[in-house]
Amino acid sequence: MNSTSKLSNSIKHSQNSGNPEPSFGGQGGFVSRFVPVNIENIDTDQIIPARFLKATTKEGFGKNLFRDWKYENDDESKPKADFPLNQSQYAGEILVAGKNFGCGSSREHAAWALADYGFKVVVSSFFADIFRNNALNNGVLPVQVSENFLQKIFSLSNEETLTVNLEKQTITINSTGESDFFEINSYKKTCLLNGYDDIDYLLSIKEDIEKFETQRG
Amino acid sequence: MAKTLFEKIWEKHIVKTIDDGPSVLYIDRHFIHEVTSPQAFTGLNNRGIKVFRPKQVVATADHNVPTLNQHLPIKEELSRKQVETLVKNCTEHNIELFGLGHPFQGIVHVIGPELGVTQPGMTIVCGDSHTSTHGAFGSIAFGIGTSEVEMVMATQCLLQSKPKLMRITVDGELSKGVVSKDIVLYILSKITASGATGYAVEFAGSAIRSLSMEARMTICNMSIEMGGRCGLIAADETTFEYIKGKPLSPKGEHWEKSLTYWKTLYSDKDAVFDKEYHFKAEDIEPMITYGTNPGMGIGVTETIPTTETINESDKSGLSKSLAYMGLQQGSAIKGQKIDYVFIGSCTNSRIEDLRLVAAFVKGKKKADDVEVWIVPGSKQVEAQAVKEGIDKIFEEAGFMLRQPGCSACLGMNEDKIPAGKYCISTSNRNFEGRQGAGARTLLASPLTAAAAAITGVVTDPRSLPNPSEGGL
Repeated sequence: MNSTSKLSNSIKHSQNSGNPEPSFGGQGGFVSRFVPVNIENIDTDQIIPARFLKATTKEGFGKNLFRDWKYENDDESKPKADFPLNQSQYAGEILVAGKNFGCGSSREHAAWALADYGFKVVVSSFFADIFRNNALNNGVLPVQVSENFLQKIFSLSNEETLTVNLEKQTITINSTGESDFFEINSYKKTCLLNGYDDIDYLLSIKEDIEKFETQRG
Repeated sequence: MAKTLFEKIWEKHIVKTIDDGPSVLYIDRHFIHEVTSPQAFTGLNNRGIKVFRPKQVVATADHNVPTLNQHLPIKEELSRKQVETLVKNCTEHNIELFGLGHPFQGIVHVIGPELGVTQPGMTIVCGDSHTSTHGAFGSIAFGIGTSEVEMVMATQCLLQSKPKLMRITVDGELSKGVVSKDIVLYILSKITASGATGYAVEFAGSAIRSLSMEARMTICNMSIEMGGRCGLIAADETTFEYIKGKPLSPKGEHWEKSLTYWKTLYSDKDAVFDKEYHFKAEDIEPMITYGTNPGMGIGVTETIPTTETINESDKSGLSKSLAYMGLQQGSAIKGQKIDYVFIGSCTNSRIEDLRLVAAFVKGKKKADDVEVWIVPGSKQVEAQAVKEGIDKIFEEAGFMLRQPGCSACLGMNEDKIPAGKYCISTSNRNFEGRQGAGARTLLASPLTAAAAAITGVVTDPRSLPNPSEGGL
């Protein structure tokens, strides 16, 4: 706590952030049902295929999330019955996916699509680096759990709920009370809890940056 | 204390480090393109600020441009708007743009090096995961998302945590018919598509040292396919020779000064890596992928793995992958029918790739029922190919030489592979639907792709006569 509040001061947040509202504050944590997609190595081409990257704004990507896994032959009248996002028994703002989630292309459109669809948390046993940053920069929390804990979640019934507590860095299966710890650096944690954004911070240290440029010649 | 190449460059670019947090990393060069930049410019405009250091930004249009009739207006409305938005943003923010029609236009990771913008010891970013390509020059180069593109535009800095360090050493001599693409597909098949996640990967060893710059770029390009934060190779005489005299490389006194610095950029003898791998060049044969991630590759003479023989990491995905690909466990990949051949992308579209293919196909003709697209990486590559008469060789072979762009690598423009069709591709990703919804991609070297173009099936390039015998 102490280091986090110290950090909070050092970030010198200015108030013009364009970031989403903070969504993980509060003592109780964030409680939701979850949508399981038990597939490993889900790449960003699956999350949002390239043909949808022609937009020049960030809005509206949610309807094309997992487009080619959701529909037969790109036809919205033919949803694939076996894909969890099409199955009415699954709901919630937590996506649970197999390991190495978000590999491949750096397209932030993948994070925009997840956020726009309504996911606030993605749980996996492993995240690709670029996706992890993109998610954090859009208020989507990547929760990396052990493979064992991930499999426990996959084995739960569709009615169960999970609690994600960013402050304590824990994720809990509410029916059993089983819990796993997840890593996030203090800086990013502070940003997410307070709705801060990296650009605000970087702009606030511009003098340091200019000094650095002068010194290196 | 002994330092790695990565650490030497990293430490020189730290503006400051946040307690228990990331470092503020200064970025020397920022490449932008039409697809991942518009929202970043909107962000700047919303904040009422301009690009901080426009002279350190270089722009081109590549991902979403047609590869035929580039002199005409882009037909597809959204694509046209995206490219026009880039032009408008670059004008407003005073950024140099090598746009459509410019003699330097091309794939961002091809033009950076060929213009001499990419240099050793730099930090380089771009809103594209294959930015790792530039690491071939002994620089820290990595892909970023659009929020980070905005950060770099606003402040020329990024917040980054230092990755772990990995070294992959490949020693020995490559066999005939084996090129750099085979090296990287081989490494991927051994360490898997997530084997380097969280690491900066340095490639070293005699087999790497013997490669040309183009070949080194192919390897660093695909370090992201292992999950690597970046891939890098220490600069040497081959590097300096390549950069010298390029349009935007240092000149005169500045060249000498740069050279002195560049020569200090290597991993010290006792430098410690968090993880090391060693491979022998002699063990590598022409490679091809059979599955839906780039780690799912085998030698062209091998059989597709079974659930018993595959590495643990890909076990659960094997059936799904093979069902998508329409291939069988345990069967040979050689002889698999091919419908399309795509030679292009930031992985393999440089002049050396085109020369290799041209030397191989000279006097041969493509199989009747195969469509072959050659998409040069840049206008300069295209012009050089024409100058050398390579275009004529392709024409006689029945190959179609198109205009520069990312093209069928990601199927964002109209260059898509139809559903269910097989494409042997020199690009970097065989993900489901990557080259078009339902398209089936087999990744291979330009040589293996050229051999398939001639026979119409997956073929060991060593089994066909090759007049050149030159190695990449």
